[in-house]
Amino acid sequence: MIRKITYREAVREALQQALRQDPRVFLMGEDVGAYGGTYAVSKGLLDEFGPERIRDTPLSELGFVGAGIGAALGGLRPIVEVMTVNFSLLALDAIVNTAALYRHMSGGQFSVPVVIRMATGAGRQVAAQHSHSFEGWYAHIPGIRIVAPATVQDARGMLAACLADPDPVLFFEHAQLYNLEGEVDDDAVVDITRACVRRPGSDVSLITYGGSLPKAMAAADTLAGLGISAEVIDLRVLRPLDDATLLASVRKCRRAVIVDEGWRSGSLAAEIMARLVEQAFYELDAPLARVCSEEVPVPYSKHLEEAALPQPGKIVAAARALFGKAG
Amino acid sequence: MSENADRPGAAHPAGAPSPSGSGSVPAAPTGPVRWDKSFAIKVLADMVRIRRMEERCAELYGKQKIRGFLHLYIGEEAVAAGSLNALRADDNLVATYREHGHALVRGLSMNAIMAEMYGKQEGCARGRGGSMHLFDRATRLYGGNAIVGGGLPLATGLALADKMQGRRALTACFFGDGAVAEGAFHESLNLAALWKLPVLFCCENNLYAMGTAIERYESQTDLCVKASSYGLPATRIDGMDVVAVREATQAAAEFVRDGGGPMFLEFRTYRFRAHSMYDAELYRTKSEVQAWKTRGPIHSFTARLKAQGTLSEDEFLAIDAAAQAEVEQAVAFAEAGTWEPVEDLARDLLTPAPAGPPGALS
Repeated sequence: MIRKITYREAVREALQQALRQDPRVFLMGEDVGAYGGTYAVSKGLLDEFGPERIRDTPLSELGFVGAGIGAALGGLRPIVEVMTVNFSLLALDAIVNTAALYRHMSGGQFSVPVVIRMATGAGRQVAAQHSHSFEGWYAHIPGIRIVAPATVQDARGMLAACLADPDPVLFFEHAQLYNLEGEVDDDAVVDITRACVRRPGSDVSLITYGGSLPKAMAAADTLAGLGISAEVIDLRVLRPLDDATLLASVRKCRRAVIVDEGWRSGSLAAEIMARLVEQAFYELDAPLARVCSEEVPVPYSKHLEEAALPQPGKIVAAARALFGKAG
Repeated sequence: MSENADRPGAAHPAGAPSPSGSGSVPAAPTGPVRWDKSFAIKVLADMVRIRRMEERCAELYGKQKIRGFLHLYIGEEAVAAGSLNALRADDNLVATYREHGHALVRGLSMNAIMAEMYGKQEGCARGRGGSMHLFDRATRLYGGNAIVGGGLPLATGLALADKMQGRRALTACFFGDGAVAEGAFHESLNLAALWKLPVLFCCENNLYAMGTAIERYESQTDLCVKASSYGLPATRIDGMDVVAVREATQAAAEFVRDGGGPMFLEFRTYRFRAHSMYDAELYRTKSEVQAWKTRGPIHSFTARLKAQGTLSEDEFLAIDAAAQAEVEQAVAFAEAGTWEPVEDLARDLLTPAPAGPPGALS
């Protein structure tokens, strides 16, 4: 059945389904229960599943993320909600030094099947400490899978696949997407291994993920009006990267713009460019380009925040420049 | 034993040490040991096995057979031997980077431990972990965690899993006094107490966080005061007295397993050797170390058993000889061990994909 729901509802339905299907699954995090979730994602779940399985936690990111990892080692399938990626820095030790390392460091004895969800991204005038995009940082780390659902269908379908993954998964929900409406096919099987083509094209690849996908799609519309056929690639999975899908697109279009809300230096965009250069250098007709966040803390003031972030206009300009056209 | 000063001190009654810092050295434990002979000998043998194994490790480090960091437990043996002999097979264990003794008492073979320190694939973590990261699924040893405080949230989660699954088991979480200054300590105790989770928080207070004495880094040096502020029972125990350690752990374990919530045990102990093989020990005096050695856990326990006729010198020598033979066998096992092929470098980074359709819950 095909239905139209919001991204927020899609995540909630996915949580609900997982909690109904598997008694090992539980959700914990700050204000996931009585408050209904900071972004209202888990609204109503406390009533259905009770406080044992919808656990409000203290403001203790290191403590409860670490406890989620321990609970996963102990046989459960925890879904840990960190309110936002900004606060996940307080849990870095648990994520990086425990979850990501345990299987390898124990010689394969202990897998950590935990899913850690968090909101990410800027664009709501919540200023520098609440506007980070650290997905690229996390994607640096071997031993964890990073997913970034950018569509309602992926928001609905990726969680089940993440829970089936025996290793730790970080699940990034861009805060600007929660109100996005889209279609879901209840019968679709959603994988967490591949990037995908969101809009086919032939002249330039726009490679992006998460909250930047709608911006890239808007840029592609504009470019079409200018006679440039843009192919939009949604990475979906930030680690491990699906090189094959990226290379197929870039080999066809011979030009590419990478759009990433992270800062430019040492970014996921930089990694993607490196891979394209390593593997498709001789098939490129122009230097690779990218649109990242400006290297400043994200400011509060609306016009400054907009200027700091990737925007459709910047993507259009970057793509046109690859064809020798200004602006 | 090579720690020559490990001999009984004056005959003062044993008791819980005062909460003061590194300056005072309480009297050596004395008094009767009301255990079965076989159990007393098992506990003594565990301490001797740790001591002999680690003395050999220090030599092997000098010979560059063991590399990296090596943190010796010598002096603190009564804590692992006393407490872990009060646990059950289905309890979980979370330890630190000074965990050779815990692994051994928990039941890992000395062969597997030694091979791990050699970096051989016959080691208990296939040579991936080394001295600081001993793991064993069979005995529920969830690691040597080498981030100070890193094991506490993990232990809290293991206990949460046990509670939610109705398993009547506890998670024993060992950490040093230094971990008490970490946020992870406070977050974990709060969470465990709030949710009444079966965690036995076992603080091995050897009075130094690496080279910083406790009174130089804690505003409150009475760690039981800190722990009990979270509403869980906290008890200080003479960690040099293996009898006191075992009895206190036994009682605490029953309380925790019976649903009483977490407990905090502070074992007051002392590290006879350097923090690691890189430590020049500039931060403490030889006389302080010497004073603590007079209350060495092996010698004082042996003396008590002998005084009441439970143990003869011949029996002690037999225990020691068996430990030394076990060590030599473990060294031979490690020497004969093999290196994991470099082609397997990325093995076990991720778990092999389960069978079944993508998206299916296993």
